[in-house]
Amino acid sequence: MTTTQVAPDADDALLAQFEATIGRSDRIEPRDWMPDAYRKTLVRQVAQHAHSEIIGMQPEGAWITRAPSLRRKAILLAKVQDEAGHGLYLYSAAETLGVSRQELTELLIEGRQKYSSIFNYPTLSYADVGTIGWLVDGAAICNQVPLCRTSYGPYGRAMIRICKEESFHQRQGYELLSTMMRGTDEQRAMVQESVDRFWWPALMMFGPPDADSPNTAQSMAWGVKRNTNDDLRQRFVDMSVPQAEALGVTFPDPELRWNAERGHHDFGEPDWDEFMQVVRGHGPCNTQRIAHRRRAHEDGAWVREAATAFADRQRSERAEAHG
Amino acid sequence: MSGEQDLTAEGGHGAVPLAGVPVAKKEHSAEREWPLYEVFVRGKRGLNHVHVGSLHAADDEMAVRHARDVYTRRNEGVSIWVVRADAVTASSPDEKDPLFAPSGDKVYRHPTFYAIPDDVPHM
Amino acid sequence: MTDHSNAYDGLLEHHDVAGDSSQWAFGTDFEDPLAGVDTTVPDDVDPAALATYCLMLGDDALVMSHRLGEWCSRAPDLEEDIALANTALDLLGQARLLLARAAAADPSVVPVLPEGSPVPAEDALAFFRGPGDFRNVRLVEVPNGDFAHTVARLLLFATVRLALLTRLAGSRDPVLSAIAVKGVKELTYHRDYAGRWFLTLAKGTEESRRRLLAALEDVWPLHPEMLATHPVEAAVAALGVGVDPAEVRDEVDAVLEQVLTASDVERPERGALAGVRGRTGRHGLHTEALSRLLAEMQVVAREHPLGQW
Repeated sequence: MTTTQVAPDADDALLAQFEATIGRSDRIEPRDWMPDAYRKTLVRQVAQHAHSEIIGMQPEGAWITRAPSLRRKAILLAKVQDEAGHGLYLYSAAETLGVSRQELTELLIEGRQKYSSIFNYPTLSYADVGTIGWLVDGAAICNQVPLCRTSYGPYGRAMIRICKEESFHQRQGYELLSTMMRGTDEQRAMVQESVDRFWWPALMMFGPPDADSPNTAQSMAWGVKRNTNDDLRQRFVDMSVPQAEALGVTFPDPELRWNAERGHHDFGEPDWDEFMQVVRGHGPCNTQRIAHRRRAHEDGAWVREAATAFADRQRSERAEAHG
Repeated sequence: MSGEQDLTAEGGHGAVPLAGVPVAKKEHSAEREWPLYEVFVRGKRGLNHVHVGSLHAADDEMAVRHARDVYTRRNEGVSIWVVRADAVTASSPDEKDPLFAPSGDKVYRHPTFYAIPDDVPHM
Repeated sequence: MTDHSNAYDGLLEHHDVAGDSSQWAFGTDFEDPLAGVDTTVPDDVDPAALATYCLMLGDDALVMSHRLGEWCSRAPDLEEDIALANTALDLLGQARLLLARAAAADPSVVPVLPEGSPVPAEDALAFFRGPGDFRNVRLVEVPNGDFAHTVARLLLFATVRLALLTRLAGSRDPVLSAIAVKGVKELTYHRDYAGRWFLTLAKGTEESRRRLLAALEDVWPLHPEMLATHPVEAAVAALGVGVDPAEVRDEVDAVLEQVLTASDVERPERGALAGVRGRTGRHGLHTEALSRLLAEMQVVAREHPLGQW
C-alpha cells in the first residue's frame, strides 16, 4: 500500500510543493494539499494510536477499584484518565483528516481497525500497574517521542501534549515497583512475576524484525515514521537493563548480555508466532477488550442522543424568542 | 508474516498491522455526532488564548465544561474560549483549495480545524 | 535527532518543536491545601467526636469517589469519562485529608495492624475497617446503575455536601476549614455538572426522561439521611467545629426545587429509606452493597498488611 499513488488528475505542482514542505522538515497542515496515500497512512496510524489509548484504559483501569492505597488509587485514576484524554487528542487529530470519531469508534468495535496488541494481555496483579508504567509506557515513549516531529502538524502537536503528560506515567510505574521491592518478600515475588510476564510482550511492541517488515521506506520518506523497529527495540533494551538492575529484578532472557563490541545489549528473539496470534485476534483478551468498548459505546448512545436533542430544543427555543 | 508486513513500531503503543485497514466507513450509524469544537486557553493573565485542541459537545455550554475537564486538568488555564469548528473562517494556505484536491472518496468531507465556508472567496 | 538513551530526554526540551512552553498552556503544579494551616486540635473539642465526624464526611467522599471511579472506561463519551474521573479525584482528595484528620484527632479510630506495618493511617482507615465501621450515608454506596442514576445521585450528593462544606469553611478547626474551602470550589462544579445533565436528560429524549425519572425514584429515598442529624454532628456543631445538617435543609430544598422545576420533574413522593431501629449508614448500618464494594476495594491491601505501596 505504501506507494506514492497520486490521483491521475493531480497537479504536479501540488505534489512538488508537498514534497518540498516535507523536504524542509516543515509541517503539513490540514488545509494543505496532500497525496491521498499520505492521508490514508496517517488516518490508519493516528486511528490505531487513538484506539490504543482508549483500549489501553482497560487493563490498568481494572485495578482502580482495587488499588491498595489511596495515593495509588488517585495516581492510577489520574493516569487512566490521561489515557482517555490522549485518545481524545488523537481522535481530534484524525478528524482534521476527514474522518469522524464516531466512524473510527465503529471501525474499532467492528474489529476492522486495530490497536496495540500489548493491551490484549491480562493484568493479573497490582504489580502489573507498575510494570505497564515502566515497560509498556517506556516502550511507548520510545515510539512516541520521535512522533513529536512527525510531518503532520495536528498529530505532532497532539504528541507534544501527550508526551508532556506521559512523563509522569513511566515514573509512577517505576516508583510503584521500587516501593514494592522495598516491601515484603511476597511483594518482591509479585514484581518479578509481573516483569517476567510483560518483558516479551513489551519487546514485541516494536514490531517484527526489520528484515520481516519489507518496506516502511515510504513512511520514513514522508516523515510519518522516523526509526526502524529494530533500532527502537535495541534502544529500549539498552535503556531498560540498568533500570532493572537498579530495581533488583531480572528479565526472563538467558541470552541477554552486554556486547562491548557493538556497544549494545544482545538479547533473545521474542515469540513471533504468539505475536501474530495476538495480532490476528486470538490474544488472551482481544474479545473482552472489544466487548467492553462496544458496551460503553452502545450504553452511552441514549445519553449522547439526549444531549443532541436537548441542544436542538434549546436552539429552536432561542430562535423563537428572538424571532 | 507476509500480508501483514506494514507493522510500524511508531505510532504509540506498538506495532499494529495497518495494511489494508479501512480509513472510512461506507455507511455509519444514524446517530448524529456531537459537533466538534476548537478550544483556546489563556494559560495565565497577560498571555494570549492559545489553541490547545478540540473536543465534542452537544452545545456551547457543554463545550466549555468539557474544555475545563479535558484541557485544564493540570491547572492549565484561567480562561477558556470554545468555538464550533465549522464556525471558524480561515484563509487558504495554498493556491488550490483542498476541497477540490484530487481524491476519489470523501476525503475532506468533514473539513474541521479552520474550514472555509463555501461562500468565502480564496484570499 | 534526540538521543533516546533516557526515555525522558527530548520530552521537554525539543524547543524547536515545542517552542516557548507558555505557548502551550501546559499547566502548573498544585498547591497543598493544608500549607501553613495549624493542625493542632482545638482543646475544647472531644477528639473522639471530631474523629467520628471526619470519618462521616471522609467516608461519604471515599465511597462516592469509588463509585464514580467505576465509570472509568465506561462513560457515554470520552469527555464524560474524563469529567467523572475529575469528580472522583476531587472527592478522593477530600477523603484523604478527612481520614488523615480523623486519625490525627483520635488515633484510636485507626485499626491496629501487625507490628511493623508501614501502612499509613489514611490507608489503615480505608482498607482495614469493616463495613460496620464505615460512617458514610447509604446514598453513596448503592451501585451506579445507568448514567441517569449516577447523575441523579450526584445531584443530591453534591447539593447537600456543598451546602455543608460552605458552612464548614467557618469551622473553628483550621484543618476542617481549609478542607472545606477547597471542597466548596470542587463541589460547586460537581453540582453544576450534575444539575446540567439532570436538565439535559429530563428534556432530552423520551428515553432519557424515562430513565431519569426512574433513577430519581430510586435514589430520592436515600438522600434524607444526609440531612438527618446524628448525635456526633450535633455535638461538633454545638462547638462551632462541625455543621448540623438540619441547618442546610431549607437551602438544599430550594436548590433541588429549582432544578426540578427547570426540568419539569415532580418531586418524588417517596419518603426516606428506613433504618434498622433508627440506625443508618451514619451509625455503621449499611445496605448489602457496601460489604461487596469494600471486599473489592480492600482485597489487595488486606492480602499485604505489611506491604508498602
